[in-house]
Amino acid sequence: MILKGRVWRYGDNVDTDVLYPSKYLVTFDLSEVGKHALEGLDPEFSREVKAGDIIVAGRNFGCGSAREQAATAIKAAGVSVMLAESFSRTFYRNAINVGLPVLVVPGIGKLCAKGDLLEVRLEEGRIRNLGSGSELQVAPLPDFVLQILAKGGAIPYYRERMAPHGRVQDKTTGVR
Amino acid sequence: MGMTLTEKVMARNSGRESVSPGEIVEAAVNVAMLHDVGTPGVQEPLKALGVSTIPSALEVVIIQDHFVPAPTVKAAENIKLTQEYGERMGIENYYGVGRGGICHQVMPEKGHVRPGEIIIGTDSHTTTYGAFGALGTGVGVTDMAIVLGLGKLWLRVPGTVRVEITGVLGPAVSAKDVALMLLKEFGEDGLLYDSVELVGPAIDSLSMDSRMCLCDMAVEMGAKFAVVPPDEKTRRYLQGRTRKPFSEFHSDPDARFERSFQFDVSNLKPLVAIPHSPSNVEELDRIGSVSIDQAFLVSCTNGRLEDLRIAAGILKGKKVHPRVRLIVAPASRDVYLQALDEGLIRTFVEAEGTVTPPTCGACVGGHLGLLASGEVCISSSNRNFRGRMGSKDAAVYLASPATVAASALAGKIVPACRAKRRGAGRDPREVLS
Repeated sequence: MILKGRVWRYGDNVDTDVLYPSKYLVTFDLSEVGKHALEGLDPEFSREVKAGDIIVAGRNFGCGSAREQAATAIKAAGVSVMLAESFSRTFYRNAINVGLPVLVVPGIGKLCAKGDLLEVRLEEGRIRNLGSGSELQVAPLPDFVLQILAKGGAIPYYRERMAPHGRVQDKTTGVR
Repeated sequence: MGMTLTEKVMARNSGRESVSPGEIVEAAVNVAMLHDVGTPGVQEPLKALGVSTIPSALEVVIIQDHFVPAPTVKAAENIKLTQEYGERMGIENYYGVGRGGICHQVMPEKGHVRPGEIIIGTDSHTTTYGAFGALGTGVGVTDMAIVLGLGKLWLRVPGTVRVEITGVLGPAVSAKDVALMLLKEFGEDGLLYDSVELVGPAIDSLSMDSRMCLCDMAVEMGAKFAVVPPDEKTRRYLQGRTRKPFSEFHSDPDARFERSFQFDVSNLKPLVAIPHSPSNVEELDRIGSVSIDQAFLVSCTNGRLEDLRIAAGILKGKKVHPRVRLIVAPASRDVYLQALDEGLIRTFVEAEGTVTPPTCGACVGGHLGLLASGEVCISSSNRNFRGRMGSKDAAVYLASPATVAASALAGKIVPACRAKRRGAGRDPREVLS
């Protein structure tokens, strides 16, 4: 998967209450959820975001509540991949589960500025700033996670693995 | 090599002899907990997954606690959906309005939390269940659909961080101050992806209510699980609450801990998290004079009987400062009934506080005490992110129930050191269990 997009830059400890304010927790309709992405953090984002854009953040992105809409909203807004120094664990797995690629990239803050064009080779863990030409190489995502992303999320992944009688066929992930 | 408590439970539940940190396993889930936000949310992914039955081995618990009683029509629709789903699936462990309370109190209280089990909830504070030596963690609705459909979940085996707490807590501080101390130490991501094992004499001496408070707050440091090894107190609490057999696990002497820390709490002073992060922790006497508009004694962190007793002990026979609103919610129906019996509710009302039903309420920015712009709140809850409890221009300070009660009287944030702390003639640390 090769992803190219413009960069939106954010800092450390961006919490779920600014990513997707609590007052919209009662909403699960995708088109509606997408409109509130990052609403408490950056009002410009939902107005200006374009399909394929990339969010680059600091440490512990998505800390706070387990609300999946924080990730769903970003995906629904059209973001192709998220790169951060680290992610909160609930945001990380929610993103993978809804098919939004997330990659932990130490030093990503120094590689790019807002508006830069990045290229991300997901399977290789390689990130390139197409403007400056500088690159970063990180450990790629585990195979199991890449398989989920390749299917577009955990639901299609498990749906495909299920036998007709409703059970998952193989018991191991084969991932270390 | 030996394994930690966390690794043993994960190995057992994934049918393996052993597991190592970093591995991804698909582990059987023992208990699934859903609330009135998670239950409506899980319907769409469940439909997409195409599974309409719940595995028989999975214990499913549904608890309405976030937006109850419904403050809006939209919330009412969600509660209706939650109820319909519970009825359709024949969920026996169903706690509607007036029957349960805040999920992380109802779950242990009603015997749904047992040592050595994996408990997955649609709520980040599911880490609370580690107080009983269980592995509890929060997930989103897609994960929950997978749990409900398949009875298992993909999980990365976390490294275990050992935190030993020694010393004796002084009379002015409680488990919440210990949690804030750890937040100051570790920051918002110092335990990211880790399982934190809390041990030592100070942990041994804590009541189950206090252990729940600590494990609840561990998620604010990024932890996946927080566990306290089960002991006699754990077993005593569980007595009469559950009939299901369970296994206790303990870390082996040669288990590998990713990191180890030791803290002495003997000289711990009352702490407060200042806006807008739970890890932005200061000693209370160093924050200067902060006037408050609201004192909030609600939440899965500190709305338990022990907390209400401490607060009532401080408020008894006094009146809340004229310009302060004190809002109290017992964490569950059972806590409410006991608080009624002990006269605690009367104390709050006589002090001119208002007592609301058990609900997450304003802690999650829902209802029953939202803040206006420019307002300041001292809260016994767990998060003070910008906008969390209402206006994004409000300021929330997090502290212990004792500090919340003392501040309600003073009209500004003060420690409870000089206030009388013993309510209804009982030791505030004594726990009913």
